[in-house]
Amino acid sequence: MAEQKSQYTGLLGWVDERMPTLMAEYKKHLSEYYAPKNFNVWYIFGGLAITVLAVQIVTGIFLVMNYKPDAALAFASVEYIMRDVPGGWFIRYMHSTGASAFFVVVYLHMFRGLMYGSYRKPRELVWIFGCLIFLSLMGEAFFGYLLPWGQMSYWGAQVIVNLFGAIPLIGPDLAIFIRGDYVIGDATLNRFFAFHVIAIPLVLLGLVVAHILALHDVGSNNPDGVEIKKHKDAAGRPLDGIPFHPYYTVHDIFWTAIFLILFFAVVFFAPEMGGYFLEWNNFIPADPLTTPNHIAPVWYFTPFYSILRATTEQFMIWLAVGTIGMAALVILSIRNAMVRGAVAVGTIVLLLGYFTLDPKFWGVVLMGVSVLIFVPLPWLDHSPARSMRYRPAWHFALLMVWVVAFLWLGYLGTQPPTPAGTLVSQVLTLVYFGFFALMPWWSRMGTFKPVPDRITFVAH
Amino acid sequence: MSTSTSLPGGQAPESASVDKERRNAVIVTCAVGGVGVAAIAAPFLSSFAPSERAKAAGAPVEVDLSSIPLGEKIVVEWRGLPVWILRRTPEMLQSVKKADPEVADPKSQRTQYPTPEYARNEYRSIKPEFLITVGVCTHLGCSPSGPFPGGSNAQLGADPGFVCPCHGSTFDLAGRVFKNKPAPDNLPVPPHKYVSDTVVVIGDDSRA
Repeated sequence: MAEQKSQYTGLLGWVDERMPTLMAEYKKHLSEYYAPKNFNVWYIFGGLAITVLAVQIVTGIFLVMNYKPDAALAFASVEYIMRDVPGGWFIRYMHSTGASAFFVVVYLHMFRGLMYGSYRKPRELVWIFGCLIFLSLMGEAFFGYLLPWGQMSYWGAQVIVNLFGAIPLIGPDLAIFIRGDYVIGDATLNRFFAFHVIAIPLVLLGLVVAHILALHDVGSNNPDGVEIKKHKDAAGRPLDGIPFHPYYTVHDIFWTAIFLILFFAVVFFAPEMGGYFLEWNNFIPADPLTTPNHIAPVWYFTPFYSILRATTEQFMIWLAVGTIGMAALVILSIRNAMVRGAVAVGTIVLLLGYFTLDPKFWGVVLMGVSVLIFVPLPWLDHSPARSMRYRPAWHFALLMVWVVAFLWLGYLGTQPPTPAGTLVSQVLTLVYFGFFALMPWWSRMGTFKPVPDRITFVAH
Repeated sequence: MSTSTSLPGGQAPESASVDKERRNAVIVTCAVGGVGVAAIAAPFLSSFAPSERAKAAGAPVEVDLSSIPLGEKIVVEWRGLPVWILRRTPEMLQSVKKADPEVADPKSQRTQYPTPEYARNEYRSIKPEFLITVGVCTHLGCSPSGPFPGGSNAQLGADPGFVCPCHGSTFDLAGRVFKNKPAPDNLPVPPHKYVSDTVVVIGDDSRA
């Protein structure tokens, strides 16, 4: 191969002549990645998520050095880290606070996407990779939560593994297969440890790379929801874009500093966060013979958990009415006879299922759907404008109603079940699903504001 | 690639000139290789099933009932599960009868957790005095609390019984689930038999 003279000198020149990939990728993803110049504070959360991921990996590696994945030793080894290992408490509180911080950051990151239509064409793959990251993160958090082997670890895992037992026919055997025993035990702890420290993190890292690569191929969305690639200068650079480095690296470092101040305030002054980040009952060693009087998942799972709890026998009637309504709407809106037939048959099968299989199974199904419903969002939203800035004000109000439903479900999920609470969570569950299910219709309605040709930006 | 050597003059191979025989050989190789890759998953997947040690740890447990005070519940461990033994007072037995119209499956006829023949009666037990049941909710596997006397628990209302802390299922003093609760089934009755008047074996009901 012909020797190529590098534009760089010194050591970098020497490397560049032998591995041009390095500087080419640096340019592609940092110094010559053009991001819209009108990013606001909502655009910090992707970077913060990477920061938290790094914190979790580093603290996780050091925790593994002292933790023992053995049902007889696990609880004591965590207390050993907290009391006897120099700085152990600090590393562990960073890891436990990091778990909650990860979800705070990711939920805000997702809300940004919902607000500015970041999932819309051509960013569907960015969005889907993001949804898979969210799913892996939930898995990672769930597997990790068993490891301290406290009462909440034990009974939380018991409930979630038993969810699989609700699947007709194969369910009970599948639950045994997941546990590796007839009850949650040492075998379960060991395999969850393997998933938590190696399997899921590898998947997570791969998905993060895919998420960023897909994003950098299509380019970032922005608060106006307009394409900056429409207007380029003679060199092919978007007129409204600025290089990610140094402009947004500096912007992100500033906000990372603010984030870290808040993060360490929690680590130092409220690591348990009133029982929400570290639940009180988890300071009691796992006891397979007694369930604590009040068990609830950690806060970031509670909205989905509330949906599970809301699915009782009475709720199946509401669900049937909702399903029939949806089917009627689809059949009236779509002219294709094949689609109409398929929807009619699907609805009948669903309705038969609602009243023959246990509500428990449907609770599990609804909980699964409530997480996966984000995936088809790019195809549910038919609004002519991406960003809420140019959509009717009531579209934004609707999004906020959904956010309130999500938060309220989350609150109810932390509380012991009461008849009134169940009723409220049933209404909120319908709001939660209705927002997505009816989106193909409502997202076209109303008066849209004219979308500008270029981004709106006022220099500071 | 071998195709480029067969084409003189460095011309790009045309799709029409694909060697069918070689293409078929590639397809067959991929298929056979794919079967091999799928087969190697078997040992990994089978390692998820309970180990021989886990399977062996299910020996029956013998319990002496004479020391249980009237109206009290004890918990014994069998196969890692909490097995409850509740010594019921006549009033408690009365409450079971009264709960018949309020429970979902009063005669224990559902088959998901089949109630053994000898316990498929009014009080779901061999001897009415002793309720022997697995204290694991049939919803998602939490262990209910109780027994609570009638009127002492908001979720039970006026009935005495057990309450699952996870999702609020309630059970009467025969372990039968009340109507319209998340749990679909009554608390399971483990296989058991009396070897003397006061000693019961849990995990074995063979009539030897």
